[in-house]
Amino acid sequence: MRRLLPALLAALALAAPALASERHPTLAQLESRIMCPICHTTLDQSDSPIARRMKAFISQRIAAGDSMSQIEDKLVAQFGPAVLASPSRRGFNLLVWVLPPVGIVLAAIVLGVFAFRWSRSREPATAAGPPLDPELERRLDEELARFDH
Amino acid sequence: MTARRLKLGAQAAAVAVVAGLLAILGWRLSHQGNGGVARAVAHGKRPVAPGFVLPSLYGKGDVRLTSLRGKVVVLNFWASWCAPCKQEAPHFESASKRYASRGVVVIGVDVNDFTGDAKHFARRYGVTYPLLHDGSGKTLGPYGVSLLPETFVIDRGGRVLDDRVPGELTGAQLDASIRRALRS
Repeated sequence: MRRLLPALLAALALAAPALASERHPTLAQLESRIMCPICHTTLDQSDSPIARRMKAFISQRIAAGDSMSQIEDKLVAQFGPAVLASPSRRGFNLLVWVLPPVGIVLAAIVLGVFAFRWSRSREPATAAGPPLDPELERRLDEELARFDH
Repeated sequence: MTARRLKLGAQAAAVAVVAGLLAILGWRLSHQGNGGVARAVAHGKRPVAPGFVLPSLYGKGDVRLTSLRGKVVVLNFWASWCAPCKQEAPHFESASKRYASRGVVVIGVDVNDFTGDAKHFARRYGVTYPLLHDGSGKTLGPYGVSLLPETFVIDRGGRVLDDRVPGELTGAQLDASIRRALRS
């Protein structure tokens, strides 16, 4: 429980600002999450007529009290899902968020299995080598003892 | 033996993944349009107009371009935020009334725009011909439209005329294109 407590506190510390920005987003936050449909950059990097119009729309919706999700949904209804700089975490798009970490975990497992098998396959070769000639072993011990002194 | 099988399986999976990625790349390259209709027309060709189904700006159902086969179609891509579109709108309105009895249909495709702004534009400039909404701009690629406004005149057989004038059209240019389409 003592180990879990810092993790829970950290999660709470991160969740609070995320919840606040979801409920009361700023124009700057949304400008970096929304694409300008004709310039293919985010709104904060565009000054095209439609980008300016979209910024004005976002400001109006913020003033009206819309949440970040509500504003994004309204923009998606007008311009399609490509208006979001990163895909939504719903339906098929969820794969975009799930597959990379799953791929990394799978790759780590495969690498681990290969590394384990590789190390195991080397051990018998060392252990089961041909026995040394007693005379050679004696001489080797003598040489090593002399080397130590 | 198991290690060998495992290794072969991993190799086969890696080859399958690479083959899949190559297939996706090939599909993407073959479907990216290469400049679309505008490029073909600029090279003197008369391509078949790419089909589409788009909703009416006013929510009166969808319009399928192929359903207009047999008529001359004036296809105007525009948006409320496009300044030259304001100059053009009266020409299209005038042509839609003058040529309606001769089987000419003017269609305005409102792209990358708020529907509310587009309706306001239509009211302000007295547009009564059918307006469709393409918020995501999915029709721009197949037609090779990179700037607004842009107009294509499609003959009764569904082919695009090769006398396209990029950008804003004058009333005289629009008349000439429509007459040519009616003769072809």
